Amino acid sequence: MLVIENLSVSYRTKKGRVPVIDGLSLQMEQGEVLAVLGPSGCGKSTLINVLAGMLPIDSGSADFVTENGRQPLNPKTHKIGVIPQNCGLLPWKTVRDNCLLPLKLRREPITEEREREISDIYEALDVSQLLQRYPAQLSGGQVQRAALARAFVFHPDLLLMDEPFSALDAITRQDARELFLRIWNRNRPTTVLVTHSIEEALYLGNTVVVMGTSHGEIQYRMKNPYFGNSNPESVDYLAAKRTLHEKLKPDDERRGWIEQTAE
Amino acid sequence: MNRLLNKCLIFLQGFLLLNIIWYLAFAIMRTTVIPSPITIYQNFGTVFASQIFIHILFSLKRIGAGLALSLAVGVPVGILMAYSENANKILYPLIYFSYPIPKTALLPVAMMLWGMRDGSKVAIIFLIVVFQVIVSARDSVRNIDPSVYLVTVSAGASRAQIIRHITLPAILPELLTSVRVSLGTAVSILFFVEGYGTKYGMGYYILDAWSRIDYIDMYIGIVVISIVGFALFVAIDLLSGLLCRWSTPLK
Repeated sequence: MLVIENLSVSYRTKKGRVPVIDGLSLQMEQGEVLAVLGPSGCGKSTLINVLAGMLPIDSGSADFVTENGRQPLNPKTHKIGVIPQNCGLLPWKTVRDNCLLPLKLRREPITEEREREISDIYEALDVSQLLQRYPAQLSGGQVQRAALARAFVFHPDLLLMDEPFSALDAITRQDARELFLRIWNRNRPTTVLVTHSIEEALYLGNTVVVMGTSHGEIQYRMKNPYFGNSNPESVDYLAAKRTLHEKLKPDDERRGWIEQTAE
Repeated sequence: MNRLLNKCLIFLQGFLLLNIIWYLAFAIMRTTVIPSPITIYQNFGTVFASQIFIHILFSLKRIGAGLALSLAVGVPVGILMAYSENANKILYPLIYFSYPIPKTALLPVAMMLWGMRDGSKVAIIFLIVVFQVIVSARDSVRNIDPSVYLVTVSAGASRAQIIRHITLPAILPELLTSVRVSLGTAVSILFFVEGYGTKYGMGYYILDAWSRIDYIDMYIGIVVISIVGFALFVAIDLLSGLLCRWSTPLK
């Protein structure tokens, strides 16, 4: 379980500290996908950076709770997988080396059983043929699948995704989302998915939260009954969509533009 | 392999063109200072008798030492300047100020500090190459995509692992480019630093022939130093193609 309490984070600039997240509290269950919606600049990417251990916490806490107790979230103690917007594959490593790098960094031995599981993941994500290639030699969809493979080969305790599908064209994106769900269902790592697409949030999130425009406060939170349902036709679904749309609205001109570019 | 063939073709073309110009200069000017290229190549057999390989070896040793020293100092300093704001604040003005100083002007000082032998020669080559290495290392570290750090740090990488898996491979292509350029400078500096305190080296070979008014031997030296310079250039190019295959998309 991930417990975020009263979290505050700021960026240091020449003029001083600029608070980005101020007093954010959030809880998520083990094996849950939390979809975070919010306008640009609301601090959702910052949230990812903090959880990934890239930015120091000013005050408050982000703890990971397991059967063994409660520990502050830390990349040294917890396995944190990240899929950033551009996928973040290392250009100078082949797809295989990219996928195995996290294990190598933690000196995790690759047992025979693990090996089988890894090639299963390659197979499921259709990257087996691409293992010897460098990221510059892949198409957008292939890069995406390779990044998913890297994340899931790692067996993360916490998976962080920052608009991972936004660079893909509409058809590839839908395929990638389905593929993600399928592979996610195998081990169900606790996942934070940042997105600006309402459809994506309702498709891939067990829980959907909406962040406000400033300082990363949570404006709205809903349990999502449409998780994994790519094309629900019920009236309630449209109502839920409309509600989220409303919640995202306050400065509505920009919002309309984001929706258009997102979908 | 195709790449190599292409390089050879360009080399041949350039070589022929240069020799045609040389021949024309010989034919038009009719002076002993410019002998016919044909005479030079006819006498080329004598260079092997005059132990040219030893001269080449000595020169390469000096260049190699200067280059190794430049990389050993320049790469860490460049990386430090890119990652540490404070280090950059202190070092950048120094680099900026001393970059345009003609390092060869420091030769008397280098001679007095490190003697007439290889010490001062290597020092001058080092001074010329190291600044380019520092600047190119710093700039290419700064150009690394932050998302690459994000995925690596979150996977639990230590500082040393980040340097090894991100920083060094990321700066390698630009580093090799800057080494290739500065190697050209280093070869031309040979002529200057091998003019004293040695009896070996390609620079010495040319100067020696010149002082004996043996123009044929002098031209042979010039041709040899050119070929060596070109070979170094191609070698770095091939090395970069081999080590940085990732930076070129599949055709």
